[in-house]
Amino acid sequence: MTQIIKDWRNDIYAVFKDLDITMVSHVPDAGHTPLINLCEKDNEIDVVTLTTEQDGVGLSCGAYAGGRKSALLMQSSGVGNCINALALPNICRIPFLTIVSMRGEWGEFVPWQVPMGLGTPKVLEAMDIKVFRADYEEEVGLTVDAAAKFAFNTNRSAAVLLSQKMIGAKQFKNG
Amino acid sequence: MIDRRPFVQKILNNRKDNLRVVSGIGTSTWDLMSAGDNLGNFGFIGAMGQSMPFALGLATAQPNLRVLLFTGDGDTLMSLGCIPTIANHPVSNLTVIVLDNESYVETGSQPTATAGKTDLEQVAKGSGISNSYTVNHEDDYDKIMNTVYNEDGPSFVVIKCQAKATPLIFPHSFDGSISMNRFMSTIKA
Repeated sequence: MTQIIKDWRNDIYAVFKDLDITMVSHVPDAGHTPLINLCEKDNEIDVVTLTTEQDGVGLSCGAYAGGRKSALLMQSSGVGNCINALALPNICRIPFLTIVSMRGEWGEFVPWQVPMGLGTPKVLEAMDIKVFRADYEEEVGLTVDAAAKFAFNTNRSAAVLLSQKMIGAKQFKNG
Repeated sequence: MIDRRPFVQKILNNRKDNLRVVSGIGTSTWDLMSAGDNLGNFGFIGAMGQSMPFALGLATAQPNLRVLLFTGDGDTLMSLGCIPTIANHPVSNLTVIVLDNESYVETGSQPTATAGKTDLEQVAKGSGISNSYTVNHEDDYDKIMNTVYNEDGPSFVVIKCQAKATPLIFPHSFDGSISMNRFMSTIKA
């Protein structure tokens, strides 16, 4: 018997399908993994594994120039890698959508995650990205839908920050 | 060593309708524009390091077009991480041409890594782009044209160029939204 688990990643995937988002790039993060798996199983979605998050900005913009909508999935630490690249969608008025799993904010174990976690909303806003945030599972689908429509209807950049409270803090054990 | 501007113009002479051309920040964009205004061009004037992933996204989105990126060694060295991404997400319709003059000419001709020990063809080959080669003579023009229009890519061509300043030939507009709208007018949904 197939067990159907209600999961907020399914809600994001449903938005991708509804809005015809057919390219998804990522530097993997555990929080995004079930969504990446859903996209990889879908023949209509091209999934591109990046070596650095900034390439996802250019990739998304090139895909849009070719008539395709896309989304970049990354962890908050990757946001810092994207800053100069974010000039591209801004100056070209290309819709850009990114979904960011947050670290360094709620029950974080690794202090190295804190600086970029604290900086993530600030640097996105400094680059004129409209920042949306989802703290609870129930609001993920609506929030991603709103952010995607903001991006694709107004030709601007939007980010959805998925709270660490919702994703769950990664726990590490020594040894 | 090749004189880049007339060679770029030669590559684009009588271009076919299925070709779209992207250029990276710096002299590559002025070279592209020197070949004449064309709606199927998109030239970067900023966002260094982004022309290669942009070209990858475009080629993936439009598999029936041929996509050609002209960029410099400086821009390429900033996006080295994109080369394995291209190799492992194969796009048969993408050709990257690096106009390698071994220097940051626009900022005062400081040497790049390719003036030293770095060989971009080997970087591309080691990243997994098997169709990678270096061109030192214009005699290889026909080989390049076959790569651009016919060969299964992705392909990575390093053209060794003279490091000399050339006149700046500007695009139709410096406003990226205008450039993007003009380019997208050539794309069928």
